[in-house]
Amino acid sequence: MQELVVISGKGGTGKTSTVAAFATLAKQAVLADCDVDAADLHLILSPTIQYREDFRGGKRASINPELCLGCGKCQQFCRFDAIYATDNGTYQVNPLACEGCGVCQLVCPGEAVDFDLAANGEWYLSQTRLENPMVHAKLGIAEENSGKLVTLVRQKAKTIATEQNYPLIVTDGSPGIGCPVMASLTGADFALVVTEPTPSGLHDLQRLVQLLQRFQMPGMVYVNKFDLNLELTEKIETYARAQGLSVVGRMPYTPAVTAAQTEGLSVVEFDSGEAAASMRNIWQQVNREMQKQSQTQKVYQTC
Amino acid sequence: MVTPENAVICFAGGKGGTGKTTVAANIAASLAKQSHTVTYLDCDVEEPNGHLFLHPHIERRQRVTVPVPKVDINRCTGCGKCAETCQFQAITVVNKKVLVFPELCHSCGGCRLVCPENAIAEVPQEIGTVEIGHAGNIRFVQGQLDIQQVKTPPTIQAVKQHIPENGIAILDAPPGTSCPVVETLQKVDYLVLVAEPTPFGLHDLQLVVEMARVLHLNFGVVINRAGWGDRNTYDYLQKENIPLLGEIPNDRAIATAYTRGELAADTLPQYRDLFTQIAQTILQKTSSTRELCKN
Repeated sequence: MQELVVISGKGGTGKTSTVAAFATLAKQAVLADCDVDAADLHLILSPTIQYREDFRGGKRASINPELCLGCGKCQQFCRFDAIYATDNGTYQVNPLACEGCGVCQLVCPGEAVDFDLAANGEWYLSQTRLENPMVHAKLGIAEENSGKLVTLVRQKAKTIATEQNYPLIVTDGSPGIGCPVMASLTGADFALVVTEPTPSGLHDLQRLVQLLQRFQMPGMVYVNKFDLNLELTEKIETYARAQGLSVVGRMPYTPAVTAAQTEGLSVVEFDSGEAAASMRNIWQQVNREMQKQSQTQKVYQTC
Repeated sequence: MVTPENAVICFAGGKGGTGKTTVAANIAASLAKQSHTVTYLDCDVEEPNGHLFLHPHIERRQRVTVPVPKVDINRCTGCGKCAETCQFQAITVVNKKVLVFPELCHSCGGCRLVCPENAIAEVPQEIGTVEIGHAGNIRFVQGQLDIQQVKTPPTIQAVKQHIPENGIAILDAPPGTSCPVVETLQKVDYLVLVAEPTPFGLHDLQLVVEMARVLHLNFGVVINRAGWGDRNTYDYLQKENIPLLGEIPNDRAIATAYTRGELAADTLPQYRDLFTQIAQTILQKTSSTRELCKN
């Protein structure tokens, strides 16, 4: 079983539309939506939730006003500005600022701090309208621990793929280069970077390439909306090749992608023109690359 | 006429790619043209993009550091209290030997507090850079997290320390609704949410609206790429009584200007008035919000 993670330095480059199209074309694949901040894949794949569970990623402090002596030590030692004094001389925790370090509990002489696991999201196991299993999640508003939730979603997808004998997991990765995207990439087999011919597209790709190199992960790239700036598209492709990434195709700037989204369909289901053809071609190239890479890996393993 | 005051206005959009940076940079440029004192602060420290359109001249750089534990092995007895206390697995004891993983540390200082031998000191760990300069008459500040660092919130805090006492601060927020965005939104006067009128756009807008309400912020919406997608986003704004601050049409000319690293407010004369208008509306909303807060 192999895992392909679709990522993009910048959001809004077409990552989710790509994963939705791959889901339509792959048939035998488990899907994992790791954009836990703003998951959108469900808008196209209309999953039916079969199982849901709370996600408890970290602990959070709360102060019992009955036991609070009003000494203010908690506020003095909290480095996250998460504790404030109330009008009646006791102290309270601002849950939005609390990092869950537990220092307030350590220093409280009155044992007034309760420090327990908090539910900060939910994860779901679903069946999409295309009948692939899909694992997705929702992080609570203003919550942290998105890296841990991403790891959980990918673990569950892996378990299902192993148990039900699926050859492939397609993961909709998190945007950025921080904690969640690292959690999206750790231990995956291939990364496909979706980028666009804009200065930010190139800039973000450069940062992602450094990340892929540190992970020693084979990378592929395609330029979305390539016809908006051909010069920059070529520059991006040249840069990608020079960094050892395979260029697996191009997508034009077309209203078909948004129109498909508005209908709740993937672009390969909605369109019969250039957009769908480009996407099918990208999917074929991605498959070819994955095969090539795994053969190389096999050779390495035998020597 | 709105008097320029010390307003902190933040541009957020839930998801990336909605046009936060485009709108924030164009509004900053419009306000500067109207003789306001403007500071643009890019708080998207994982992927700062504002510089690509404002083309600032960077005058100085500061490294951002956070304190992380350093253990004096001559004093340490390997008792393991530090590891027991750490909630982030940043310190662990194996065979009475202490190992520190500074990249996991949240700098809470707990390990130092509990060490019975006083063997733990705190040393600075470098996590990113703040760059300060000028883009024409706009003061420009941006944060940049080092590659493979995850300490986004402290880097954002370092950027926000440069919010000026006078003039208008434009904050370009990171995407999403989790800790980096919440850090950016602390002590903001008015929040501008940028959204696309598509199903993805509406879904992501609903998430940021929920966040803005949890944080008790006053906010309005700018619709970017108006004219494609569907009407559901407009219906939602009306139903929820959310002010529509302006609409930027879905025009290939704007998309093309963007790919060249140009601001529509600068290079496309037909959009100058539109951005001036939106900027004025935002300032008016911000001032009335402040009046409300004072009462």
